[in-house]
Amino acid sequence: MTTSIKKLPDIELVLSGNGACGGCPATMALRIVGKALGPNAIMLLTPSCSVASMGMTPKLGYNWPCINITFATAGSSSSGITHAVEIMKEKGRLQGELPTVFAWVGDGGTYDIGFQALSAAAERNDNFIFFCYNNEAYSNTGVQRSGATPRGAFTTTTPTGKRQPKKNMAQLMLEHNIPYVATATVAYPGDLYDKVVKAKNTPGMKYIEILAPCYLGWQFDMPDTVQMSRMAVRSGAWLLWEAENGKISFNNPSSLIINGKKGAAPVDEYVMKQGRFNRLLKSPDAASRIAEIQGDINRTIDFMRERAKITI
Amino acid sequence: MKAAQVIMETGTKAAALAVKSARVDVVPGYPITPQTSIMEAIAAMVENGELNARFIPVEGEHSVLAAAVAASATGARVFTATSANGLLYMHEVLHMASGGRLPVVMCNVNRGIFAPWTLWADHQDSFAQRDTGWIQYHCSSNQEVFNTILQAFRVAEQINIPVMVNFDGFAISHCLMPLTIPPQEDIDRFLPPHEPEWRLDPAHPSSFSNVTMAAEYAPFRQMLSDDIMASIPLVKQAAQEYQDITGMWDGDTIDTYRLEDAEVVAFAVNSMAAELRLSVDILREQGVKAGLLRPRLYLPFPTEDIIDALPQNAQVMVLDRNYNFGHPGGILASELKSVLYGRRNDITVKNRVIGIGGIDLTRRFMADEIRAMMDE
Repeated sequence: MTTSIKKLPDIELVLSGNGACGGCPATMALRIVGKALGPNAIMLLTPSCSVASMGMTPKLGYNWPCINITFATAGSSSSGITHAVEIMKEKGRLQGELPTVFAWVGDGGTYDIGFQALSAAAERNDNFIFFCYNNEAYSNTGVQRSGATPRGAFTTTTPTGKRQPKKNMAQLMLEHNIPYVATATVAYPGDLYDKVVKAKNTPGMKYIEILAPCYLGWQFDMPDTVQMSRMAVRSGAWLLWEAENGKISFNNPSSLIINGKKGAAPVDEYVMKQGRFNRLLKSPDAASRIAEIQGDINRTIDFMRERAKITI
Repeated sequence: MKAAQVIMETGTKAAALAVKSARVDVVPGYPITPQTSIMEAIAAMVENGELNARFIPVEGEHSVLAAAVAASATGARVFTATSANGLLYMHEVLHMASGGRLPVVMCNVNRGIFAPWTLWADHQDSFAQRDTGWIQYHCSSNQEVFNTILQAFRVAEQINIPVMVNFDGFAISHCLMPLTIPPQEDIDRFLPPHEPEWRLDPAHPSSFSNVTMAAEYAPFRQMLSDDIMASIPLVKQAAQEYQDITGMWDGDTIDTYRLEDAEVVAFAVNSMAAELRLSVDILREQGVKAGLLRPRLYLPFPTEDIIDALPQNAQVMVLDRNYNFGHPGGILASELKSVLYGRRNDITVKNRVIGIGGIDLTRRFMADEIRAMMDE
């Protein structure tokens, strides 16, 4: 059973008065992550929205020790921290329980510039949690395309809509043979909470990717963040799944779509709600380009259904 | 009391043994010629239990230094090593380490840089990192590499600035020389355990390298600049106390040979400076009053010690194993001229670029070069 939102712990690690936009999904997600991890953790960030919004030096909106490190190196830097705490504990220089080490990184720092260091950390199976908060663009620099931007989406560097599909990043991390991979999004806080608790209690490398609909980049109304997140899941544009030791299971409601018990909502409604697809809808070939978006979604659903059957 | 141990070892093994003696906690590493055997030796010592540390086999030098920086911010004593293009690849993170005031110690085994491809020594790689805010030593023997790594940790941890220990590929890294390993209790007396004032600690949440406005950023940079200059007395003190404890001396900020009455002064760093002692002897036999001044510290540049040490009216022959592109000659000559200007107008500075890409620098060749420079 998924933990009810009413049963989440009271503890708050995201403090009031930080600099995030209203309706910021990354900050909402981090709040849930804090409830699952508790205070005994070390947080690593790379330049991104969550650094820009954590407060100006020396103030801090997150109640963990936080290090902002070079953009490309969340994976390797997290390895440095986790090995340091482990050896210092072994040598008797750290008392008490080992802190959880976690990286909190945007999609640019995960899919693009940070991919090499992340891939290598996963291959080494170093003991930390890598969170990707995925708003499907470089939102902090004013919305440019990333490897996570879906086909058709307008960004300042894809002025007529992106022509390529996004990477299936969580699946790529699965193929690194790490003990735990999961996807989540802010409309399902209990699901996210449970996944973080599981990751915290699993030794080795863990990857959790959180879809974070950004009102600025996606161009929808600020109060609609959670609704956008839910629509992404219901349309199948975002699938909720987890893999423990390589064995995939799908979470509700994505499991219903995968099993064919409930059809995915047509992508049209999800696309129409977002300004980032506006120019596409006005283009003469709108129908075929929306069909492409639907095609990408269908292909990923079919692929993940088949991939989940491989359990060796 | 235990006696020192004397063995025959290469420069890279001397570095690895110094890392063991320093009781380092974390070593991220990546192979690159001619540094690789440092990492191999450390990985082997960690595997066989000789060194109680974590070796992290990272996927590239940029990530190596990022792992080092993060481990250092966590409170660990951290070492790594690289060469040439590996050092260039680290460039961004070199700034993170110094700006973050993290006392990482790193060996750079000097090698000419790509392109075109070369494996052998020159000093373009380390001198190209002049403006990254690292303290830089340059060493001329295997023993000095060992001694300097220990001194580097002490200085780095006293003033929270990373230190680069440079020495030449092959001439030092791969050549056997006698190496004295002082008893561990002596080294422990010289280099106490690392107890940083600040570290990433869940009991004391704080942000590190977070956003600043100019009002905070500018003082951070000024402090770094001031503290790099303030490291000079610490470098001298470390050399002196190391000598008091171990009896070994490689110079402090500078090293000199037959300099007091010299009229012609050879000025160079690294292994070629060791060979230049023999060139000085040859020149003396030929009736030239020659001497040697070797900056052991390249950054901060030991201005006062150089100004004090140079004999009156000396001709200084700067032998640069690097190019100062956009200027005729090399970087050391440019640095020297800038510190002499207005302070020692009696000194003449002459300069040649030699030994690029590992061209062999024998005592006779360099003695001949200096004689030729005298006639210029």
